[in-house]
Amino acid sequence: MPLLPLGEAIATHVHDGDSVALEGFTHLIPFAAGHEIIRLRRRNLHLIRMTPDLIYDQMIGMGCATRLTFSWGGNPGVGSLHRLRDAVERQWPQPLALTEFSHAELALAFQAGASGMSCGLMPHHADTDLARVPGAALRTVRCPFSERLLTAVPAINPDVTILHAQQIDAQGNVLIRGIVGAAKEAALAARRVLVTVEERVGELRAEMNALVLPSWLITAASIVPGGAYPSYAQGYYPRDNRFYLAWDEIARDREAFTAWMERHVLGVRDHAALLRALGVAA
Amino acid sequence: MSAPGYTPDEIMTVTAARHLKDGAVCFVGIGLPSAACNLARMTHAPHLVLIYESGTVGTRPEVLPLSIGDGELAETATAIVPLPEIFAHYLQRGRVDVGFLGAAQIDAFGNLNSTVIGDYSRPRVRLPGAGGASEIATYAREVLIIMKQTPRSFVPRLDFLTSAGYLGGHGARAASGSPGAGPRAVITDFGVLRPHPETEELELAALYPGISAQAARAATGWPLRVARHIETLPAPQPADLGVLRDLEARTREAHARPVRINLRN
Repeated sequence: MPLLPLGEAIATHVHDGDSVALEGFTHLIPFAAGHEIIRLRRRNLHLIRMTPDLIYDQMIGMGCATRLTFSWGGNPGVGSLHRLRDAVERQWPQPLALTEFSHAELALAFQAGASGMSCGLMPHHADTDLARVPGAALRTVRCPFSERLLTAVPAINPDVTILHAQQIDAQGNVLIRGIVGAAKEAALAARRVLVTVEERVGELRAEMNALVLPSWLITAASIVPGGAYPSYAQGYYPRDNRFYLAWDEIARDREAFTAWMERHVLGVRDHAALLRALGVAA
Repeated sequence: MSAPGYTPDEIMTVTAARHLKDGAVCFVGIGLPSAACNLARMTHAPHLVLIYESGTVGTRPEVLPLSIGDGELAETATAIVPLPEIFAHYLQRGRVDVGFLGAAQIDAFGNLNSTVIGDYSRPRVRLPGAGGASEIATYAREVLIIMKQTPRSFVPRLDFLTSAGYLGGHGARAASGSPGAGPRAVITDFGVLRPHPETEELELAALYPGISAQAARAATGWPLRVARHIETLPAPQPADLGVLRDLEARTREAHARPVRINLRN
């Protein structure tokens, strides 16, 4: 498991046309990695994430993606993701094909992918329109034992899953603490796993049953302090709720959005420079 | 009429909180549901179990989270479980008593749309989508809906069915095999709608002080039926308003706090 500078890890392992899952449910969203993908101007990505959040709003608005698989596409507690909406409603900067699930279905799809299954199963009840949209990926099957109706959700196996985590030890094992979302399932489903971490430590001091990804599951890791900002890293820094509120105004307008991205993402060398420019770095 | 001394959001929140029995297990959404559940926990229902879909179980936040997964929820939780587990082992397995939902549109049978306004493929407004809502609507033993009542949101026909209420009514939901009982109350800024016991069509069951049935009907996009007896709901108690306002002041202060990150280099 090589430790690489983030730019090199992304340049080597994320290619145009890849399916890419940057996971982390509200917590530990790999913003620094997403920004590096924008800086490297990757194109035609199939982005996968339960909650696209601001990072996919930014990647979609900057033209990285032509397809999105997701289950809830808003700015949590604030409102719309305006760049995602603009892409779906007005095809700006380009059309964005959607594959849409509920949270339970998408979590199951990652789990199936991580298990080497072709699909995951859950009980089937009332039909909603989610099962009837163009390109809907759900099928109804009958349980061979109970005769009950089941919903089959196709497995998801991203080309690359990228996570942010708190710590990596000297052997390259990675520890995640706090809200874990479907991070582990998304990582184990992927063909390649990239990780950014807050810090390198001699020893993880993990509780038994803690979420540790062994080094041999990880393709490459990068040390990026603050790499989840404006999301958060439990034990290191809180979610910048002020930024999430402010993003609503920045992203509402195409010019304001583009200017912000050019100045704060394309115009800086790396994530540390962005944190300094925003006055967040202590 | 003079101003009532509370806002529409406040009486909705207090009314929703009163629907929660102590000890109930609640699957909480962000916004008014989160305020209502925490108000109930800080007043009459100290043993309320709050689950947020981020996998935080039994959480006791001191300030309201902005997102469903703020660190405050993790730090004060009894347990933090992975997402496949919160949906499969808790919600789908039938371990949630009350689920809270809101939406952009609701119809006369409590069915909800949180996906699109207009056609799905070329939407006028792309909404966030289902998230946890469709499974909450199916599996929670009962569902409470909190929504502002306007003709644009209380519609005769949904643009998209995201979460099942009573479907077409007259037992259609039970026939579909949905384990939960469905929406037991729709708490609005006018009062409370409840399903008719046989037809399952929502009817106006209760009003806030000083609000007329006529006003509530005018704010509804279908001919809203009115229950034979309309209850008048009490105004919020000053003690409840005090707890709610303190909670919201603490929340505003916490969300405005600047973040500083030590880059260690």
